[in-house]
Amino acid sequence: MKQVPALKIDGITIHQSLAIIEYLEETRPTPRLLPQDPKKRASVRMISDLIAGGIQPLQNLSVLKQVGEEFQLTWAQNAIISGFNALEQILQSTAGTYCVGDEVTMADLCLVPQVANAERFKVDCTPYPTISSINKRLLVLEAFQVTHPCRQPDTPTELRA
Amino acid sequence: MQAGKPILYSYFRSSCSWRVRIALALKGIDYETVPINLIKDGGQQLAIIEYLEETRPTPRLLPQDPKKRASVRMISDLIAGGIQPLQNLSVLKQVGEEFQLTWAQNAIISGFNALEQILQSTAGTYCVGDEVTMADLCLVPQVANAERFKVDCTPYPTISSINKRLLVLEAFQVTHPCRQPDTPTELRA
Repeated sequence: MKQVPALKIDGITIHQSLAIIEYLEETRPTPRLLPQDPKKRASVRMISDLIAGGIQPLQNLSVLKQVGEEFQLTWAQNAIISGFNALEQILQSTAGTYCVGDEVTMADLCLVPQVANAERFKVDCTPYPTISSINKRLLVLEAFQVTHPCRQPDTPTELRA
Repeated sequence: MQAGKPILYSYFRSSCSWRVRIALALKGIDYETVPINLIKDGGQQLAIIEYLEETRPTPRLLPQDPKKRASVRMISDLIAGGIQPLQNLSVLKQVGEEFQLTWAQNAIISGFNALEQILQSTAGTYCVGDEVTMADLCLVPQVANAERFKVDCTPYPTISSINKRLLVLEAFQVTHPCRQPDTPTELRA
């Protein structure tokens, strides 16, 4: 089972995006991706888990294949809408400039790609003003731009920025 | 710290609830259960376990070494993010009754194939080394789901033997779905 993402680092290979990010945070602690306060860390992880565990797996490639072509769009949309409904509510209490307070955290790293997926599956994001405005603020940051799918080594020509 | 017992909103059968119950039991944290029918979904239970680990650090649920922690999280995420969400109640409802069993089985088999391989390199007595970790809390409920969906676990000897060893531990027994306040009579131990 070829898994993506997988990071080979320090002599080990890690799968699962959040496990990778937490390892990076623990071994290269600055700049922080998780706040110091345990309660804020819980918020960051809760949001990250919701997206990475609750939304994305339900609309990834292999699941969509099993669902069958005619149902794929609705299926993906439902997964995202359901998750975004929950997320928008959570963000009401956690968000500052970004998902949790005013610093970029692991939660923001999960948000942007998921919003990109929402756009790909034509999910109307008007019911999610907090998600949308945070996403907008994140997209102007350099780290989110240089890593965008449209600028990768393997980005097909027609999708290149 | 706030006064008053923690309150756990739990569904007896939810594998996600069970994970957290085990963590609370291992940590010796007394709590109140508020039974909820139809727990929404998976994902966020790991955040709870990590919070418990950071605020009540003993006994440990994550090793000290960052590489071993990465293994624990990788396994936990694989189960909590890669398997469980695909075979939970709300997804199965959408799949439609005739396909539910096959769908759930596929999700579990696919995940267990990957997990069995990973455990080859990480496992000792338990999923990662010889101490109980967050990964083990994820494993046992998922194996219970596999049994519920009649997945043949013969291809997964490491998963099976670790599961067996964990099930004899008290924290895994007292928190079992068959012994919860909201367990229906016919399913009680």
